[in-house]
Amino acid sequence: MGIQIIKEQCTGCSLCVKVCPFCALTMTNKKAVIDYDKCTLCGACVDSCKFNAIDLKRDSSKTPNIEEYKGIWVFAEQKKGVIQSVVYELLGKARDLSEKLGSDVSCVLLGHNIKDKAQELISRGADNVYIVDTVELEHYLDEPYTKTIVNLVRKYRPEIFLCGATFIGRSLISRVAVKLHTGLTADCTGLDIDEKEKFLMQTRPAFGGNIMATILSKNHRPQMATVRHKVFKEAAVDKTRKGKIIEEAIPKTFLTSRTKLLDIVEEITSTINIAEADIIVSGGRGLKGPENFAMLEELAQVLGGAVGSSRAAVDAGWMPYSHQVGQTGKTVCPKLYIACGISGQIQHLVGMQSSNIILAINQDPHAPIFTVANYGIVGDVFQVVPLLTKKFKATLNR
Amino acid sequence: MNIIVCIKQVPDTTQVRIDPVTNTLIREGVQSIINPFDMYAIEEGVRLKEKYGGKTTVISMGPPQADAALREAISMGCDEACLVSDRAFAGSDTLATGYTLAMAIRKLKDYDIILCGKQASDGDTAQVGPGIATQLDIPQVTYVKKIEDVKDNHATVERMTEEGFEIVRTSLPCLLTVVKEINEPRIPSLKGRMKAKKAEILSWKAIDLDLEEEKLGLKGSPTWVSKIFTPPPRPKGHILEGDPEETTTKIIEALKDRLI
Repeated sequence: MGIQIIKEQCTGCSLCVKVCPFCALTMTNKKAVIDYDKCTLCGACVDSCKFNAIDLKRDSSKTPNIEEYKGIWVFAEQKKGVIQSVVYELLGKARDLSEKLGSDVSCVLLGHNIKDKAQELISRGADNVYIVDTVELEHYLDEPYTKTIVNLVRKYRPEIFLCGATFIGRSLISRVAVKLHTGLTADCTGLDIDEKEKFLMQTRPAFGGNIMATILSKNHRPQMATVRHKVFKEAAVDKTRKGKIIEEAIPKTFLTSRTKLLDIVEEITSTINIAEADIIVSGGRGLKGPENFAMLEELAQVLGGAVGSSRAAVDAGWMPYSHQVGQTGKTVCPKLYIACGISGQIQHLVGMQSSNIILAINQDPHAPIFTVANYGIVGDVFQVVPLLTKKFKATLNR
Repeated sequence: MNIIVCIKQVPDTTQVRIDPVTNTLIREGVQSIINPFDMYAIEEGVRLKEKYGGKTTVISMGPPQADAALREAISMGCDEACLVSDRAFAGSDTLATGYTLAMAIRKLKDYDIILCGKQASDGDTAQVGPGIATQLDIPQVTYVKKIEDVKDNHATVERMTEEGFEIVRTSLPCLLTVVKEINEPRIPSLKGRMKAKKAEILSWKAIDLDLEEEKLGLKGSPTWVSKIFTPPPRPKGHILEGDPEETTTKIIEALKDRLI
């Protein structure tokens, strides 16, 4: 194993025991002892030790010419020529980071007949937009998109590469990172620059729970991360901003694909996709039947939000799976999440607890949902929800 | 047709409790289960074999205890199982994990379809499936909710998107990651359980695979955990009881400014 306690330096302070997410450290005779069957070499203890008493051999390889990698890139995901909102959120964050790094921000935009979108990206904070405009890239396909991006990264060498944690983004970026042999951190909830060494500090929930980990890719470039919808604030629009548009030509051999898109089917069961919604009104078993979701639809409509569901309501066949929030469904972080008749199993909580404000309505004052709620109403959903709809309508003039 | 299903053993989150004092997870005594999304991959692997004939092999990289997960997969109908386990793999991030599994799959040789769950419930990265496909240089389709058919060395599948789904045709061999909608995993039969008990599980260590040492475990992992911390607990909420007329009015007062 590449980890050991340097006994002479261990003071028995037991700080490391507390931070180990795997309970792999114990104190024996005032010295830390590692249970190698439990240790996953995650390295959390190394950082916690103030006495350099834990030695972890990482001895990792390094990207060649690492110092030549400069600038922040954002993947400008588009669908049918529409830039996805997560791109603007990433641009907002990229601008913050670029100030700390003193570097510029670039977007990479792939598609067909999309050149007019470059200005939109510039007005949202991009200094450069690299465009590949060709019919083969009209719709997302893993292989041509991967090869094109890998090609551009090798040519321009950005030090940071950010991508939305969308269906497309997650598929694409996992392939790109492997091809470039670099580190990739999924679903970051925080991104910052390390003051001393200028590394990208990528913070995300870890080990399946409410523990946060800050992850670095010290020796590999670009440092790649994905971020979900609504985690960061959208960059403001400034129509007067100027930037460079660089058109890139990619050899046709890079654009072949072993997968073919035969058809795109849009199933619009609600007007807003829950992953992108600012407000979500969710229902669970407490709604007692599919017909009662109409009540939630009404409230969602008044608030301009979407309707979500707990797993119980999906399993009962009351709501389609695409509305499910939670571990086996979608993870959401809207500005306001209203949980109606949802008890709050941990699987549901992990999917919505990062929402900005949570309002829970439940008959049972001891329901776990109230432990994460900012506001709660103990009461009958069938009374409370219609009242909320009526009063919100009056207050918001809708 | 030869099908390979990749699975991961994860802690059962239904059993995880949060320590009210330290606000951290209590891991002691938590059982291990097959990653919930991998159950759909196993079921689909068995269904494909039942429909088209062939063999379904289940593979897992993890500690020796993952043997239990592999036996469960056999009880559901998988034919063979392979455990890739070595201390040399400890500390692997998604890049090193994808590499190691890809090398093991290479050793299994003939495969037409590799199935994975869309992501693992403990790491939530969704990176290892595409990582394996890239290492093997085969096409992938992620978030598959239906396999329409497999013929003429191609598979036609439905892939979930934010707005609905796409119909995608891919050449074989390919890797598919599947979502919950694809099927309903079966309960193992008694016969299946008996078979699982007696099954011989192929066990490979690092030395059995043709691996480059610097691509393994901690050495082969570009991402490092530099710090772990518990986020501050959410401030205690305002929980109102009583007359719904009053409670709803108070809530609207509190929320209205934040909604405009």
